[in-house]
Amino acid sequence: MIRALRTCFIALACIAFSAVLAANIWAIAGVPGQGALPQLLSENMSRSGVEHPVTAVLLNFRSYDTLLEIGVLVIAGIAGISMSKTTSLEDPELRTSDPLLYALQRWFIPLMLVLAGYLLWAGADRPGGAFQAGAVLAATGVLMRLGGIPMDFLRPGLLLRLGLMLGFSVFLLAAVVSVIGGDAFLAYPPDMAKPLILVVESVLTLSIAMVLLALFVSAPVNDAEDPEEGDPS
Amino acid sequence: MIEWLLDGLLVLALLATAAGALFSRDLFRAVVVFIAFGLLMAVVWVRLQAPDIALAEAAIGAGLTGVLLLDAVRHLGNGRQKALRKTRDPSERGSGQS
Amino acid sequence: MTLSLLYAMAGAALCGIGLFGLLRLSHLLRRLLAFNIMGSGVFLIMVGLPQHQSGPDPVPQALVLTGIVVAIAATALAVVLIRRYYHQSGMTSLEGESGSREGGPL
Repeated sequence: MIRALRTCFIALACIAFSAVLAANIWAIAGVPGQGALPQLLSENMSRSGVEHPVTAVLLNFRSYDTLLEIGVLVIAGIAGISMSKTTSLEDPELRTSDPLLYALQRWFIPLMLVLAGYLLWAGADRPGGAFQAGAVLAATGVLMRLGGIPMDFLRPGLLLRLGLMLGFSVFLLAAVVSVIGGDAFLAYPPDMAKPLILVVESVLTLSIAMVLLALFVSAPVNDAEDPEEGDPS
Repeated sequence: MIEWLLDGLLVLALLATAAGALFSRDLFRAVVVFIAFGLLMAVVWVRLQAPDIALAEAAIGAGLTGVLLLDAVRHLGNGRQKALRKTRDPSERGSGQS
Repeated sequence: MTLSLLYAMAGAALCGIGLFGLLRLSHLLRRLLAFNIMGSGVFLIMVGLPQHQSGPDPVPQALVLTGIVVAIAATALAVVLIRRYYHQSGMTSLEGESGSREGGPL
């Protein structure tokens, strides 16, 4: 009885919350917009180095948000890897294998890699970009894991560490390079904007894929012992 | 008029899959309905003229999150007896961890 | 009342549904689903509301794109924690919450 009353009370509170939110949205929508943000954006698109507005916003005009976002991803990746409790991230007993999946992935994995490369390249002038390409690349890694392919780059070693930190460090380097030149932080020199954006997007794709794959792979838990300091793998 | 019909149905389907994902009796079914919710969100992003978000939502929300949660549901259901046996005899857990 | 405003209202409703699930459900994985649904609702409001008057606006779209990637990283980390917690304690809900049983949603 008490439980049903509590459920009713919480349901009423949530309905009230939704109603207040909807009323506020209605009120804000009635106010004529003051900012001229889309107009400002379309005027400055030629200075950004890419043709697609969302990519320009993500990697040039608001690149600070993207820098912090890849930083947050790296922190989450580190936390996830350190919380994993398997013999190793690349434990053979965690690899599942299914004959149909194994046959299917011989077709899918090359196609998905090409798709990820295309999405990264197409982000310059049509919908696409680093995030979408990174997600497809991570999905390729997950498919490999579920299909039983050994992935040696997941063992703690040079490739794992390089993949995790490359995105954030190269982006930070690109951001600081203009400070050395005397300009503001993250202000790309206008003639070098496009190559800088290309380099930063490529390493972002790799890093996002590595972080998401490492988080997926560190989820299973078995009865392994917690490793001691200095243990190899 | 037809547009309003399409979008109204889309909104109703969105709310229905959200409710179904949360209040299904079976956990596996809840996760599958959540994947469907992710796919419907991808269609909604297309209707909102945001194709980049639609691509990301389809790949991430429906793909990666779905696989992650399905894997978790399988192990959260099965390892139950094993884990219960472990916690009942803490003295036999002799692996030297603090 | 344009299309974007309709979707912003749907986002408000999703926020309410997600909040109810977050407060009322006890299974940790279901709470994670509720949290994700609430996040999707917030993204709908973030994109629907500015696009009501001025058409497709790239700035909130870019912010929501960032938000989706961060949300999945947080969800993956939460799944790692939930599985570790379950392995350690055998329960699928926090201590003090009613019901760590499999049958039934609430």
